[in-house]
This record gives sequence, structure tokens and C-alpha cells, in this order.
Amino acid sequence: MIKVEHLVKKYGNNYALGDVSFEIGEGEIVGLLGPNGAGKSTTMNILTGYLSATSGEASVGGVSILDNPLEAKRLIGYLPEQPPVYPDMTVDEYLNFVYDLKRCELNREAHLNEIRGVVKLQDVRDRLIRNLSKGYRQRVGIAQALIGDPKVIIFDEPTVGLDPKQILEVRNLVRSLGGKHTVILSTHILAEVQAVCERIVVIDHGKIIANEKTDELARVMEENAHYRYNICGPRSEVLTALRGVRGVLYAECAGERDGEAYTYLLELSGGTEPRKAVFRVCAERGWQIIGAADAGGDLESIFIKLIDRANAPKTNAGNRARRAEGKR
Amino acid sequence: MTAIYKREMRSFFTTPIGYVFVAIYLAISGALFAATTLFSMSSSLTEYFSYMLFVYVILVPLLTMKSFSEERKTRTEQLLLTAPVTLPGMVAAKFLAALTLFASCQLVAALAFFILARYAQLKVAVIFGNLLALMLVGMAFIAVGLFVSALTENQLAAAVATVGILLLFLLIGYANQFINVYWIRFIFSCLSVWTRFQNFGQGVFDVAALFYYLSVTAVFLFLTVRIYDKRRYR
Repeated sequence: MIKVEHLVKKYGNNYALGDVSFEIGEGEIVGLLGPNGAGKSTTMNILTGYLSATSGEASVGGVSILDNPLEAKRLIGYLPEQPPVYPDMTVDEYLNFVYDLKRCELNREAHLNEIRGVVKLQDVRDRLIRNLSKGYRQRVGIAQALIGDPKVIIFDEPTVGLDPKQILEVRNLVRSLGGKHTVILSTHILAEVQAVCERIVVIDHGKIIANEKTDELARVMEENAHYRYNICGPRSEVLTALRGVRGVLYAECAGERDGEAYTYLLELSGGTEPRKAVFRVCAERGWQIIGAADAGGDLESIFIKLIDRANAPKTNAGNRARRAEGKR
Repeated sequence: MTAIYKREMRSFFTTPIGYVFVAIYLAISGALFAATTLFSMSSSLTEYFSYMLFVYVILVPLLTMKSFSEERKTRTEQLLLTAPVTLPGMVAAKFLAALTLFASCQLVAALAFFILARYAQLKVAVIFGNLLALMLVGMAFIAVGLFVSALTENQLAAAVATVGILLLFLLIGYANQFINVYWIRFIFSCLSVWTRFQNFGQGVFDVAALFYYLSVTAVFLFLTVRIYDKRRYR
């Protein structure tokens, strides 16, 4: 449905996007993830025809946004970072304006009613947008994107500035759009992507550094498991013993003290064997393991690791090599 | 395009700008009309028309200052630019909206001429010529105002800069009295709005002037489109 090929965008001498390519199938919900200033908004602005690209191709539903912008724009509903609402209009006036602007051919009353229902705007139909709260304005912005029943809907950070309840509502709404619409959701909040999206495209410094199914991203990124152990015993001895265990790639003491126990962070090679070995080593020496928890695998740490790796591939690889060496 | 036109017309009257514009326009026009004809016992409208030009310098920026700058500031331009509307369509809609309000005011103001017609023999051709010329000047001024408004997101800056540019267009002809260099005088008189307006005041239908005003309008509208086009390429 959406196809982006070798997209490059230069601002002066800076590359906002350097050779970005990805594809999104019909009905997919894809998260565009990246730290602030990574190029998410630029990508979406190009896809919606707001900006042009320095080079590359972007097409929506087979229509090139650069060669045939009017046709392509018809297929897209877009909610920019700041909802583009006119404060001097009432909600109904605004929705009707957008309906006319997009030259929508659906039945006006039925279509607008349906949208008002979906984003729960019935109670504020005649209120001036100026007087609405941030949450309601955001909903008006979402409603605007839905008008005309576009095949592709693009949301740029739709939950920024909303309260937790509204955030949940927006997420549910986005999830419900999948299947019927192709949705791109940009955010820097990982939980959001995890909750809503089927696939994640991670972008940083104008480059795509990962493009995976949400649940596979963890697996792909993390061949080794991370654990957090709380072990009672003399700190340096425990550490030396842990480092001697087969399958423990890396061990360090996090320094947090819980009674007589210290917290240790371990990186274990896959499988359950190393955990058994850790238990045996501790049991033999009379150190009690009073806690063990999975410390990796969440998107947060994968995300940070991905970005670190992309930014400084050499040093990270070096660290890994050093860790492996230290173990041997 | 019609959607933007309608919204633009509405926004004149959901903000004070439309009311302020209409009120000041009609008040000043009425006062000028009374002062130059009724009170000075004259049936000549020439003075009235030429004073109105200066009124436009102040009033037209009021009409155009927020056209694009406000959209840019509130980011609503993102809606317009990502909607299936062409750039020329968007600019034309804003231009026509401003022109509609402007022209309606002038037509209403022209009702005053009927009062004069009761007391004096008016040359209908002269009046129509002058009205047409005013409209043309208004069009050109609006185009300049829209262009400046597209340059900045600050309404006040847009208004002040527009006043400055319009004054320059109007007064550049006067400067010629003090300049001896032929080619500078030639360029100045080419640019002068005033010089061209004079012919209409004498009841001469000046085709060259007609084209002059229309081309100034076209050039500035074109530049406005270009600004938006260029901003996409930044």
C-alpha cells in the first residue's frame, strides 16, 4: 500500500533522511519509532506531500506522491504533530470544511455522524475549537484525518499531551482502524508501539535501523538473555564465581543492596542451562538467591541498544569482543 | 478551492478583522466623499478617487495580513497542503475571498454617488472608469499583501511590510520630480501606480494601465505560489 524507496531529504548540508526504504502492506498497522529528531516527521511529511524529497520515490496505493500528488493525497488522512484545527470554527463547521476540502463523495450527514461517533465528539459539536481541551482538539484532529474514509491514515505522535485515559482511547481507536485502513503511527513511546502496532520500523539519524514484526524484534535483537539476580554473599567472591560459570557471558554487580544481598546483572547465552548452573554454584557455596528476574527483552532496552549500536557500531562491537574475551 | 474560499469569507466575520475593515472603509470613504464633493460644492469625483488610493494602503494590509501567516503559525497550512488542492487553487481562493470583501465595500460606498447625481450632471463613463481603476488597484494591492503574508508567520510584520511596499508603489512616481537620470525615471514611472491611475481620473480608458495592474496582480500571486512551492523543497 505504501512504498518508500531510497528516500533522501537534505536540509542545507544536513541529511534529515539518508536513503530510507520500506514497504507497508494493506491493512497493516506500522509503528515508526525513533528518538526526537530522527526523521519520523520528515518521512511522514514527504509521504503526505507536505514536503518534497531531495531524491527517491514514495508512493501510496501505487500512486507516486511526487509525480501525482493530488491523486495520492486523496488516499491519505493525516494527523500532523499539532492538530491542524481552526480555533475560530465550531467542531461541526470544521468537519464540514474538511469534508468539502477533501471533496468527499460519501453521504455528508451519515459519514460525519459516523466519525463523530468513533472519536466521541457528539457532545461538543457546536463548541468553538478555541474553547476545547487539548484532548478534544486532538480528537477533532483525528476526526479530520478519518474524513473521506482514506485508505491510508498517518498519525504523527497522536497521544502527546493527552491524559492516560485518553491515551488508551486513542490507542484502541488506532488499533480498531487496522485491517480496513493502512495505518502509520509515529511515536517515541515504546509501550504505544508494543500495544498497537504489528510491525515496527525504527529510524534514527535519518536511517532505518530495524524493520521487524513487533514480537520478533525482541527475538531478533536479543540472542542472549539478561537476568537480574539478588544473591546473599560476599560481593567480589560471588562475582568471580558467577563469571566462572559456563554460559555466563557477562556479569556485573549493580551495587544495589537489599539487606545482605547484592544485585547482579547477568548476560546468559540462550537456554535454561546457565541458570541451572548459576543456582548450583550459589547453592554449593551457601549463597542464597533471593530473587531472579528477566532484565532484558523489553522494547525499551532493545531500542536503546539498537540506537547505540547504530551510532557507534565499532565501540559496541569492541565491547562485545572484550566481554567474550574476559569470560574465556 | 471553494471550500477554502468559503472558510476565508467566514473567518473575516468570525474575527473582528472583517467588521473593522468594513466599518473603517465605509466611514472613511463616506467622509472623503462628503468632504471632496458635497461640502466643497464640487461635482468632480477625481479627488475622492485619488484619496481612496491612500486609504487602500492602510486598509488592504488589514485584509491580507493574516491570510497565510496565521495558517502558518497555527500549522493549519499543513491541512491545506496535504489536502487534494493545488497550490494555485489555494492562493486563488484566498485572493478571491479578499477581493470579494474589498469589492463589496467599494460597491456599497459607490451608492453615495447617487446622492451626487441628484444635484449634478455626472459623467457616467468617468465614474465607471474610476471604479474599475480602483478595483484594479485593489486587486494588485491584495496580491502584494498576500505575497508578503506568505513570507512571514507574524501578522503584524506582514501588515507593516505591506503598508511599506504599497506606499512605495504609490509614491515612487513623485520621486521622479527630483531625479534627473533618465533610466531611473523610466523605471520609476513604470512601477508607479499613481501615474497610471491619473488617466482613469480624466475619464480615459487606458488599456496599458489595465494590463499593468493585471500583470502586477498576476506576478505577485505567482510569487506567492512559488514561495509555497519552494518551501516544500527547503
